[in-house]
Amino acid sequence: MTLDLLSHLKQMLSAPGLSAYEDPIREIVAEAWRPLTDELSVSRVGSLHALKRGDGAEPRPKVLLSAHMDAIGLMVTAITDGFLHVTQVGGVDARILPGQLVTVHGQKDLPGIVVMPPEFLLPPEVEKGSVPLQYLLVDVGLRPAEVEELVRVGDVISFAQPPLELTGGAVAGHTLDNRASVAAVTHCLELLQRRKHAWDVWAVASAQEETNFAGAFTSPFAIQPDFAIALDVTFAKGPGSTDWRTFPLGKGVTLPWGPNIHPALYEAITKTADELDIPYSREAAPIVTSTDADAIQVVQAGIPCLVVSMPLRYMHTPVEMVALKDIQRAGRLIAEFICGLPVDFMQTVEWK
Amino acid sequence: MSSQTQPSMKTPPEVDAQQMELLARLCNAMAVSGDEQEVRQIVLEEIQPYCDQVEVDGLGNVLATRLGSQTEKVRVMIAAHMDEVGFMLTNDEGEGLFSFDTVGGINPRQLVGKAVIVGREHTPAVIGAKPIHLTTAEERKRALKVEELRIDLGPEGSSKAKVGDRATFATQLEALGPSIRAKALDNRLGVINLIELLRHAPENIDLLAAFTVQEEVGLRGARVAAYRFDPQIGMAIDATPAHDLPAYDADVENTRYNTKLDHGPAIYLMDGATISDRRLAEWLIQTAEAENIPWQIRQPNPGGTDAGAIHRTRAGVPSISVSVPVRYAHSAASLIRQEDWAHTLKLVYHALTRLTPEILS
Repeated sequence: MTLDLLSHLKQMLSAPGLSAYEDPIREIVAEAWRPLTDELSVSRVGSLHALKRGDGAEPRPKVLLSAHMDAIGLMVTAITDGFLHVTQVGGVDARILPGQLVTVHGQKDLPGIVVMPPEFLLPPEVEKGSVPLQYLLVDVGLRPAEVEELVRVGDVISFAQPPLELTGGAVAGHTLDNRASVAAVTHCLELLQRRKHAWDVWAVASAQEETNFAGAFTSPFAIQPDFAIALDVTFAKGPGSTDWRTFPLGKGVTLPWGPNIHPALYEAITKTADELDIPYSREAAPIVTSTDADAIQVVQAGIPCLVVSMPLRYMHTPVEMVALKDIQRAGRLIAEFICGLPVDFMQTVEWK
Repeated sequence: MSSQTQPSMKTPPEVDAQQMELLARLCNAMAVSGDEQEVRQIVLEEIQPYCDQVEVDGLGNVLATRLGSQTEKVRVMIAAHMDEVGFMLTNDEGEGLFSFDTVGGINPRQLVGKAVIVGREHTPAVIGAKPIHLTTAEERKRALKVEELRIDLGPEGSSKAKVGDRATFATQLEALGPSIRAKALDNRLGVINLIELLRHAPENIDLLAAFTVQEEVGLRGARVAAYRFDPQIGMAIDATPAHDLPAYDADVENTRYNTKLDHGPAIYLMDGATISDRRLAEWLIQTAEAENIPWQIRQPNPGGTDAGAIHRTRAGVPSISVSVPVRYAHSAASLIRQEDWAHTLKLVYHALTRLTPEILS
């Protein structure tokens, strides 16, 4: 099981799928979810919807699990002498970019490098500081004429760092935010194969979270769930990251708490976690959780939400790090929570 | 002394699939200055059959001699440094996190967010960065310093590494169309070219091949190797930066490119450590012209090669350097054109075949 989950995760980490260009990752997720669910479809904006029917009487209540599958990356803005100028898709700290291995999705996929020009070619004010994205270039190792033929403005660029297995069951790679959560949903669906659950489970690998939440705003509209659980990653403690927003790596999931979260759902899931001895931290999210939940909450007439997060180091770098154990914990917690949902559960979800 | 030295191939060396495979092995190996064992091992395996004598000296240099069969011979030392820039772990902070220092000239701005390998086992690790979400715009204008970064091997990393272990970038060699992307092309290109020159050594010279250590931290290996060999002529074969990128301001011409890709081997007239022997420069240029090999002069400016140590050894050694132009040296991913590599190897080979003692008269 663990090995399968690891290879599933590594397969996802090796696939491109920038926001709005999710096709390659969606195919991989669909492949993994097809045998675990009853129906698969693709939303109008590219999210993957998978239905695993419950065994309660119809009409059954519905829970939506939302894990965004899109990746951050770069996009070509101009070409000079065969070198590509780029902008970001999603939040990228330009300081991580010099020397980064990338794949330019041109007329064909071209391996390349993000490069920092030598200092004498940069404006004097950036010689010593960090080099802003506008001065960085991508080199695909081809001569200018060939680059003009194969690459055009608007082509997207993925990180190409291969996934790494580190000590202590840690995995590193690009886009663990949020493929780690997709893997947790896969794990949850696997656990549900051998269990009874009254509720319908709608697993969603959502699109465009990193840019505009286009998936999270639209899938709940189509599915109309009774409540939703967003799965995402949160900040792990690590070098330079030690404040209240950070949590130990590999020591359990976090359950964000704040105005995006319905208190009754929160209470119910913590009860499940306590009963099963699944370690979790209460994560303060005073205004937003910065997950799909922020969008799902206000779809249609409003949808009660929960968030389950996994601590991850070095978020939005190509060497993000997460503990496999935490992925399994998130999947198990959600599976157990779903199995324990009575058909009339929503009647207990009250404001008090 | 080997009694079974294989005869020289007596043909010009070529760059083909076999050399690409060897270059991949050399570049993917780790040989941070002071611990060149992995590359030394590959070199010893590759050159043994073609040498009259091979030794590893007190500093770790591989010193190989291939004697020519002609009576009128020139003793030529060619040096290629085996070491690469990298890191050394300096403190175990627990839970797999190590502080580290750089070994050799690495711009700290090249380190953030990279995968690395640690120690002889090549244990995978990463150099992370604080998430963009937790930084301010003001903070992001500042470059991160080495002291702020950590090598992270994962939660149980302390069992896999210790203070003093070396580390380097994890990048694996890959061909990119007409180019090659790899770490440590500076100077595994010199190493592979020197291996090929030993295999194809002409008979009019005694080839004194020095695969040197600790070039990146002060040309230490070359100095003692030159003393031992006591050559008549010295040559460093290395990799030199190609800064042939556009300037941020399109109206400004880049006049400080150092070298350019696709312009062939870079012949040195002057760098920060050596003024090349003019007779040797003419010899290389005339060879290139005669053999129709593209060539360029490396722009005179700072920087240096093993020639900087060789030319001042004993009573002096007329010396020169020839390099393959390489973009983004001393970073996770450097880039060359395969043709520039092949032309460099060809130039040095043909120059050696034309060499007579008269060059120094």
